[in-house]
Amino acid sequence: MNTTMNISDLELSVWRGSAQGGELVPYRVPVREGMVVLDAVLWVQANLASDLAVRWNCKAAKCGSCSAEINGFPRLMCKTPIAEYGDHVTVRPMKTFPVIKDLVTDVSWNYEVNKQIPPFTPSQKDMTSSEPWRMQQQDVERSMEFRKCIECFLCQDVCHVLRNHDSKAVFYGPRFMIRIASLEMHPKDVLDRTALVKEKAGVGYCNITKCCTEVCPEHIKITDNAIIPLKERMDDAYFDPIRSLLGRFGGRPKQGEA
Amino acid sequence: MSSPQYETFETDVLVLGAGGAGLRGAIAAAEAGARVLIVCKSLLGKAHTVMAEGGVAAAMHNVAYQDSWEVHFADTMKGGKLINNWRMAELHAKESPERVLELERWGALFDRTWQGRIHQRPFGAHTYPRLAHIGDRTGLELIRTLQDRAVHTPGVEVHMEVTVFRLLKSGGAIAGALAYRRSDGSLILYRCGALLLATGGTGKMYKVTSNSWESTGDGTALAYEAGAQLRDMEMVQFHPTGMVWPVGVRGILVTEGVRGEGGVLRNKDGERFMERYDHERMELSSRDVVARAINSEVGAGRGSPHGGVFLDITHRKPEFIKSKLPSMYEQFLKLAKVDITRQPMEVAPTIHYAMGGVLVDAETGASSVSGLYAAGEVAAGLHGANRLGGNSLSDLLVFGKRAGDAAGAAVKQHARAAKARLDQGQIDDAVASLMAPLDRPAGESPYKLQVEIQEAMTRYAPIVRDQAGLEEGLEAILELGARAGRCGTGGSKSLDFNPGWHTAGDLRSMLVNAEALLRSALERKESRGAHARSDFPKTDDALGALNFVAEKSADGMVIKTAPIPAMPDYLADAVRHSYARYTPEERE
Repeated sequence: MNTTMNISDLELSVWRGSAQGGELVPYRVPVREGMVVLDAVLWVQANLASDLAVRWNCKAAKCGSCSAEINGFPRLMCKTPIAEYGDHVTVRPMKTFPVIKDLVTDVSWNYEVNKQIPPFTPSQKDMTSSEPWRMQQQDVERSMEFRKCIECFLCQDVCHVLRNHDSKAVFYGPRFMIRIASLEMHPKDVLDRTALVKEKAGVGYCNITKCCTEVCPEHIKITDNAIIPLKERMDDAYFDPIRSLLGRFGGRPKQGEA
Repeated sequence: MSSPQYETFETDVLVLGAGGAGLRGAIAAAEAGARVLIVCKSLLGKAHTVMAEGGVAAAMHNVAYQDSWEVHFADTMKGGKLINNWRMAELHAKESPERVLELERWGALFDRTWQGRIHQRPFGAHTYPRLAHIGDRTGLELIRTLQDRAVHTPGVEVHMEVTVFRLLKSGGAIAGALAYRRSDGSLILYRCGALLLATGGTGKMYKVTSNSWESTGDGTALAYEAGAQLRDMEMVQFHPTGMVWPVGVRGILVTEGVRGEGGVLRNKDGERFMERYDHERMELSSRDVVARAINSEVGAGRGSPHGGVFLDITHRKPEFIKSKLPSMYEQFLKLAKVDITRQPMEVAPTIHYAMGGVLVDAETGASSVSGLYAAGEVAAGLHGANRLGGNSLSDLLVFGKRAGDAAGAAVKQHARAAKARLDQGQIDDAVASLMAPLDRPAGESPYKLQVEIQEAMTRYAPIVRDQAGLEEGLEAILELGARAGRCGTGGSKSLDFNPGWHTAGDLRSMLVNAEALLRSALERKESRGAHARSDFPKTDDALGALNFVAEKSADGMVIKTAPIPAMPDYLADAVRHSYARYTPEERE
């Protein structure tokens, strides 16, 4: 059944270039019903510019590869219908990361950060027990929200601490706040990562503008459910005078520290 | 031509692919004491495993206390129409519960039962609810858990966005591989003691597929070129439910979990047509049966407006749908503007999975070439003629570990990586053919050839095949092979992230897989599982006793037969018992 038809042409401006610089190049693309921005970019690649560099994989908003700035807004190209924009769309690479070529950026910094976060650590008792673990659904659900993350790094891209101030050395960014939160809120994890959250991860740099939450394609409430609870945890541990006093007389013992 | 420049890396075990099988294999090999280098075609964590939605099949009997490894084994064999490697099916059924629990101990969080155990959902052709799951994003959780485990395992290194285009041998054994890095097109020579292929599937040779651009069958093609045998290549799975509308999303997977959670299939007359194809299991029949049923309904003019059928789960509560199938809800709302809590989905079969692949030893994942191992979708045997949903994630875990263990142990026995002599001529030749398209500005576009391969396979090797079509298809593929040898990058000489040039390389893999599929399909003159022939609509017992094996010879590809050894009594009994008890109508 052939229900495809050209509704009209689209002017697609794609940023082409390298680390040395580049410019927007306009292409005319025939539009089909239901077309997404990634379709248009791949059409250009197949028909007009075979060396146009773009990262993509699943084309179903599950792998988080095709992040770009579409008319200035960070989005997944595979999930953005052309119809939302009319007849002119501009696509640029994510600004926060160094450009490799065209729409492809070097996101390796994110992988370096991830390595610094101490992995899931169950208690000695749980680790050595031969019985399958028991956990309740409501307990696992808290952490599950953060595990929906597809690592598209759009939140990193939009975060002004990373984007405008290039503070990658002192702030891990929203993606890794939810990574830490997903470990901290795992019912079987016993490691305390509060020191990491305060120092190296730099949670204090976040001033809760919630831009990350706004761009998250998985609708994770990054700020409300991950960053703010982590900030509170840090405040409790470091800045609460009463708790600090109690701590001197021996508070709750920590099982391990990051 | 002067010898090409390349960087050299040396490791004990080289793992190609960072999906479930590659990561699990890498962890196993590193734990065995080997240095491991994982090479992946995309970024880490983007592998096709993230697409797996439904769950991991493992007979943990958390939901149905009657479940056991014997029943899981029998379900797998029956689904595969008995041409599976029965030893693989046995190991898989016995070991998958352990692998799932291990994953939980590494930090994966599964959905729970009210008692706090791992919840298991029903799925097509599994006798009992058996799929451990996390909503409908099980694969994502699996890959994040393994990814994190791997990067924190000492001795594991990862090279991202690197594509291997040739395996190198020394004295008949695998000793390395040649690759290019996407970011700058630079060449890399890997030296290794053992190599584990975990490169996934071949779906990209079809037009409508749930697979990404990566799934060009690189592993099978590399193994074939290195002299390894490929088996069951005629067996590719059409997943019954892919999206059909709008055009841009055609082929994207609609998880079987929708049917597992109660979704029903209807034709345009509102008839629940599965009644006529498998009245016992209905929508939860095996994938080959459901895919053919949909194909028949559409063919008979009872399809939906865009050439599919309707999948309806609106009788379930909206909250239930949103909690059990969150990404499906989102996917349809965003991409098709369909609210699945109120409207039915339109679905049609989409190419999903390759049951065939590298012929491997059940215990170790070793191929017929010394030092070469394979696990996951690239390996063949476990699934026979049709894979059951959920058996793929468990496959990755069970055989990823086994192959990693074996490769790790093998390099310990003979540390030969550094000493192996690699033939410079072999290297120069491989590099020259990789670079050639850059020097042919007037050559045909690799994208165009890719589309033609997809069109040929879609046309000549569809759900229901016949002799004449397959022969025409083979002719078309061989001709495309000749043209691919002359393709060019349209004047672009740039090595930096040049997808046109990379696609030219992918064509070679796709063509090997396409040829093996067509040649094997021509030989299997019967209908069995995913392989249906209109000219041989019945199952032939004689052919059920053998597998077809593709191999490289001096005159090109040859297809041989390999007899299936008899099952030991305890396994044969499990299958017989299962036919008698659960699916009497299928009994011969």
